[in-house]
Amino acid sequence: MSALVFLLALPLVAALAALVAPRGAPALTLISAAAGVGAALRLAQTVAQGGVQEIALAGWAPPLGITVAADGLAVAFLLMTALVMLAVALAARAELAPERAGARVAFGFWPIALLLWGSLNAVFLSRDLFNLYVGIELLTLAAVALVALSGKAGALVAAMRYMIFALAGSLLYLLGVVLVYGAHGTLDVGLLADRTVADPDALALALMTAGLAAKTALFPFHVWLPPAHAGAPAPASAMLSGLVPKASFVILIRLWFEAMPDQAGSGALLLLGLMGAAAVIWGSLRALSQPRLKLIVAYSTVAQLGYMFLIFPLAGGDGAAQPWAAGAWTGGMFQALSHGLAKAAMFLCAGLWIIAAGGDRLADLRGLARPMPMTAMAFGLAAVTLMGLPPSGGFTAKYLMMTAAFASGQWGWALVLAGGGLLAAAYLYRPMAEVFARDCPITPQPIPRAWQLVPLALAVAAIMLGLISAPPFDLLQVGRPEAAEEGL
Amino acid sequence: MTALLPVAVLLSSLIPAIATFFLDQQSYRLRNTLSLGGSVLKLALIVAMLLAVAGGAAYEARLSLVPGLYILLRLDAVALLFLSLSAVLWLLTNVYAIAYFGTKPELSRFFGFFSLCVAATTGLAMSGTLISFLIFFELLTLSTWPLVAHKQDRPSLAAARRYLFYALPASAALLIAVIWLESATGPVVFEDGADFGDLSENSQRAIFALFILGVGVKAALVPLHGWLPAAMAAPAPVSALLHAVAVVKAGAFGVIRVIYDVFGPERVAALGVGVPLAVVASVTILWGSIRALQQDEIKKRLAFSTVSQVSYIVLAAALASPAALVGGLAHLVHQGLMKITLFFCAGIYDERAGVKRIDGLDGMGRRMPWTSVAFSVGALGMIGLPPLAGFVSKLYLGLGGLEAGAPWVLAVLAGSTLLNAAYFMPLLYRLWIAPGADAAGDERAPGLVVPAAVTALASLAVGVLAASALSPLGWADLIVERGYLR
Repeated sequence: MSALVFLLALPLVAALAALVAPRGAPALTLISAAAGVGAALRLAQTVAQGGVQEIALAGWAPPLGITVAADGLAVAFLLMTALVMLAVALAARAELAPERAGARVAFGFWPIALLLWGSLNAVFLSRDLFNLYVGIELLTLAAVALVALSGKAGALVAAMRYMIFALAGSLLYLLGVVLVYGAHGTLDVGLLADRTVADPDALALALMTAGLAAKTALFPFHVWLPPAHAGAPAPASAMLSGLVPKASFVILIRLWFEAMPDQAGSGALLLLGLMGAAAVIWGSLRALSQPRLKLIVAYSTVAQLGYMFLIFPLAGGDGAAQPWAAGAWTGGMFQALSHGLAKAAMFLCAGLWIIAAGGDRLADLRGLARPMPMTAMAFGLAAVTLMGLPPSGGFTAKYLMMTAAFASGQWGWALVLAGGGLLAAAYLYRPMAEVFARDCPITPQPIPRAWQLVPLALAVAAIMLGLISAPPFDLLQVGRPEAAEEGL
Repeated sequence: MTALLPVAVLLSSLIPAIATFFLDQQSYRLRNTLSLGGSVLKLALIVAMLLAVAGGAAYEARLSLVPGLYILLRLDAVALLFLSLSAVLWLLTNVYAIAYFGTKPELSRFFGFFSLCVAATTGLAMSGTLISFLIFFELLTLSTWPLVAHKQDRPSLAAARRYLFYALPASAALLIAVIWLESATGPVVFEDGADFGDLSENSQRAIFALFILGVGVKAALVPLHGWLPAAMAAPAPVSALLHAVAVVKAGAFGVIRVIYDVFGPERVAALGVGVPLAVVASVTILWGSIRALQQDEIKKRLAFSTVSQVSYIVLAAALASPAALVGGLAHLVHQGLMKITLFFCAGIYDERAGVKRIDGLDGMGRRMPWTSVAFSVGALGMIGLPPLAGFVSKLYLGLGGLEAGAPWVLAVLAGSTLLNAAYFMPLLYRLWIAPGADAAGDERAPGLVVPAAVTALASLAVGVLAASALSPLGWADLIVERGYLR
């Protein structure tokens, strides 16, 4: 219980402290992130043993007051986020030191990063549509600030584009929230599940979904993502790509599976699935033709986010031989978690290579495997997860979703899953081949081993999510919505 | 204890693999200790189990993943056949590789992935469920890529890219096959086979085809074989292990598992998919041999010979008669011993004499007698000269063809034997008879020559002692007798 409050308060308090004492910010962030990992682990243990943990703020139960609650889904995302934050704090301490990155980036980064973390935690734990709105707004502002942080022209343009998409998304979401409040007089997710269905519900859900899809960069709303994620400093990109889109995705899950599963028409589900499939294919094809590593990795995010939307048509597809329920839903969560870890690892690798070689054009990376073998290994392991090859978290995700696809007779989605893996192999092979070339035309800056261990640890964590997948699977089932099992 | 043993066998390669990655290039002694120590330990564990398993024991270990997904490691007679081969050859190849690489760069990466590759093969051999098999099969693909690319020059990288280009679509096919099947039947345990229930016959045929596509790339079935000759760009120890046990054998072993432990030979016959597979295998046998004839480089010729020889095993599995299966299982070991001998020797000719092409072998028999004797034993075994190992496999395979009512198999075998002779005899002629005035080269490299001599001796022994119960043939007999043909 206290761990829950701690996780909500810690990042925000730390963000304020980082503003007051900027010189101590890196150490403070590091300590906070480590404490955050500890608290998330403790909360995971409590939830695994004692079920969903719920707190009514100030003791007022909904509809008068608002609640925050930690179910398996929330805790899993809290833990993944804390791990990524810890890695980012370690990497940024080295990479964004004032003498390397300049004072503006070095001092601006920490409070924004902490604010971003705090708003992520708030979104994962909130059960009130307006609270979720506040959380995602804060998140958007922090994320846009991170994109603009370097102050370069390209970054400012990307940040502006991001802001336009994100604000439009917020407006749509808020409009939907207003409609829901007008019809039902409550915004609590749990109470909405028991509401009497009203006319504006379908429109409200459509508006909120469109807004959140824009924030999650679902195809065709993805155009803001690659320049924004590729333009930020690498530790910021790791958060932007690995963590930020997961928040709006979690709200989508709460809306569709918990608040209004009754509104899911087969046409809408098909549309969401098709947009996801299009994201997988289009994002991968675009990644294939990018000249720079960070752009490849960013387009890969577009593709990887697409997989998560396949669970809308797939959830609950049960067959006689399927020994478990909610396979696709859990698969989608595994995909979000393992992508978060692996993508953050990849951007941190990219950051190290940029320091070593001075750029991230593919030709710049030539031969870097020899001076930096651990970074190459980390990139390789992260690539294995993104390709969905065993034994990785990405494989677990793909396996669960694919089984649901076959068990419910929807083969088409299985082909998307298999084809997406092959495309991922193709676009990730290009940087890998450069890195593994024998000749290294430049003399790279030496990078200490300790720095290289950070992305390696994240990539190994993504693999471990597949190798030790039973505990996270069980955790995700705590407080799992019924619709995940029965299908929409 | 019984659950610990399979895990211990797996860890004996996996722990050295992971530890080696973190070693400095300069830690020669520690790295060699890890590799050799792991392989000796593994061999000891396997020898300790051989008699128990011959007496009917089986060891099992299980790691639960998400529901419906668990890794089952099971040590039974079939697993042990493949496992013993890989353990013996890993030890010898380690000795060879340490001598071969000397102080060349990137050794920690090489030996790390080398051990990882063997760990994957070990897991593959012991896999007791379809999903475990899939997981180790993919691990094998991934751990082999850095080995093929090891030299990091243009041809190696091209070969490695080609390998993935073939292997990854095959993985996708295999994944679809496994999930399609299991979504209808539930998790497939090899010991029990799959219960196909209400899958239509055409679905079953499609699943079988996807399975064969998935494992057929590794088994280098024509027309899925293109990556194998290209992979010759890899260093000699890699080629040796790839061709003898790790990759191509994983494919052949996969064919056996699919036919006997997933579908069952009766269902394969009822679906009418066995004969087409036998035809593909026969075409591969002949086509591989014909292409081998056209090669001028020693390693290329050996590579096409592998394409041809591995399909003996596939042919045997597809025929599904007891004698053929005995021959096929024995050939899994026989071919491994003979082919690794040939590749060891090809590596020695290259390293010690700079000879890569066949016409450079003139008179080499007098310069490098040990190597050349070993090479000749391997080559004659491949041709099938009695009483060498290859003869035993071919004999059983021919008998099996007659048993299965497919006498045309004899014609395939005869044609293949003639072709084998046609592409190996010129090499032997050059080694021993052709005048080679001033061929350079020496054999002052015991680390290279001793492993080659040992495998040559072993391939002699398995032929001569084929009647013994613990010979590969005796063991294959035991597997089949124990009701492998349900």
